Amino acid sequence: MSGDEMIRPIYAHDRDVRVTCNTPEPQGGDLIRRHRLPIRIWHWCNLASMLVMLMSGLMIFNAHPHLYWGEFGANFDRSWFEITPGQLRIGTLKLPTFGILGVTPPGHHSVAFPHWATIPGHYDLAGARRWHFAFAWLLVIPAAAFWVWGFTAGHFRRDLAPSRRELTPGHLWHDVKEHARLRFPTGAAALRYNVLQKLAYCSVLFLLLPGVFLTGLTMSPGIDAAAPWLLVIFGGRASARSVHFLCAMGLLLFVAVHLLMVVLAGPFNEIRSMITGRYRLPRERNR
Amino acid sequence: MTIEISRRRLVGSLGAATGGLLLSGCDKIVASSKSQDFLDVGEQVTFAVQRAVVGRSAMAPEFTAAEMSPVFRTNGNSNPNTPEYAAHAATSFADWRFVVDGLVAKPLRLSLDQIRKGPRRTQITRHDCVEGWSAIGQWTGIPLAALLAHAGLNSRARYVVFHCADRIGGAPYYESIDLLDAFHPQTILAWGMNGQPLAIGHGAPLRLRVERQLGYKQAKYVMRVQAVETLAGLYGGKGGYWEDAIGYQWYAGI
Repeated sequence: MSGDEMIRPIYAHDRDVRVTCNTPEPQGGDLIRRHRLPIRIWHWCNLASMLVMLMSGLMIFNAHPHLYWGEFGANFDRSWFEITPGQLRIGTLKLPTFGILGVTPPGHHSVAFPHWATIPGHYDLAGARRWHFAFAWLLVIPAAAFWVWGFTAGHFRRDLAPSRRELTPGHLWHDVKEHARLRFPTGAAALRYNVLQKLAYCSVLFLLLPGVFLTGLTMSPGIDAAAPWLLVIFGGRASARSVHFLCAMGLLLFVAVHLLMVVLAGPFNEIRSMITGRYRLPRERNR
Repeated sequence: MTIEISRRRLVGSLGAATGGLLLSGCDKIVASSKSQDFLDVGEQVTFAVQRAVVGRSAMAPEFTAAEMSPVFRTNGNSNPNTPEYAAHAATSFADWRFVVDGLVAKPLRLSLDQIRKGPRRTQITRHDCVEGWSAIGQWTGIPLAALLAHAGLNSRARYVVFHCADRIGGAPYYESIDLLDAFHPQTILAWGMNGQPLAIGHGAPLRLRVERQLGYKQAKYVMRVQAVETLAGLYGGKGGYWEDAIGYQWYAGI
């Protein structure tokens, strides 16, 4: 065994190396290396880019708060989703907005999403588009780099791909119940992502992020000339705009659950692990 | 348009933009000059990449008659409402003359009849408003390339400016495109829409169709086309009414 291998840092999910080095199984209370550098960089990069993309995106939505399916869609066409003053409509389902959506700020026209949730914090379509398209680069380029790293470094295969056993209904249901009771994995079991985490991260990496990216491109009339197949994939520009919105809402839901889980799992330990990479394994409950 | 990105400027403005935003998210930071510098860089990069990725003559998707919007809404001004325009409209633009001038060898003054008898192209395309809605309609008009070739474009010309009859809040509407879009086969000055003469609501007598860009570039009520070397010094200097008024991107391919 070479010396290099011995001093190579042991990551929580790096089982091969652990075996080679004959390191004892970590226990609850141990401080371990959890998140590798590319993950930590990408995470904080995403905090900035996704915040700006979501908030400027909501302002862009405010310019025409109706969504359609198909190649086209405008005021005289039937929308499947819209936010009008005091009302949110999905298909034929009309929902109240409790003064959060479809609001009329004093001295302003009504807006679908309130000004506190948008960038800029007032109606400014031109400004929102500038923010959206500039920060799109900061979302897409790091994501592409992370994709390449994730595949080549084996991160996706080793850490994120759910095993066949994990995907059985029994196992899934068990994890759902454990999460609902706020009983999170401890000790050595917390070394690895659980199946619900894996599914959440995989859906962001392989569904929602590619989804917002490709539908974003599809809405560009310039890109449509270069890549008309995008319109075929999504069934038209109006559909792409709908899917773009749904993917963005999916990402927002992910962020909301993610933040909730960080708070429930111990924010100090979780945030430290994403800054320094070091994570203290939760102690086993039955000791 | 050249791209100059100093790394220090990029990193500095990026840091200021995100850091500041995260701290307070307030409009002061959104409007700060560092943030705006960064957004300018982003805009230039996007434009450069689109120009690199989208082929010079890549065609905007065209549709069949069955795929057209049942109702093609009007937007922006639906009538210039000037006495001069009203007089021309009353006589179906019979005495109206369309002007092509600027950096051309032979300035043109053409009647609508002459334009209609010239080369024509009919296309069913999608109109994408910057606000997010789209409508599909059929446009018939004279290719701008044919007009410019007829007038003899000077080699110093870099942009084509469209002067319009309508005003918004007192400021004349105008738009501009570069020569790459001006000579694109789908770039036409439309005089017909959906098989009818172009209606006043949609920009009669002539409306620009530059199909690979957003709706605000599709200038209505085009009275005069001018070839120029630079957009500076023209109206607000940013190449279009909305660009001058509230900062819409001059390149509207995205």
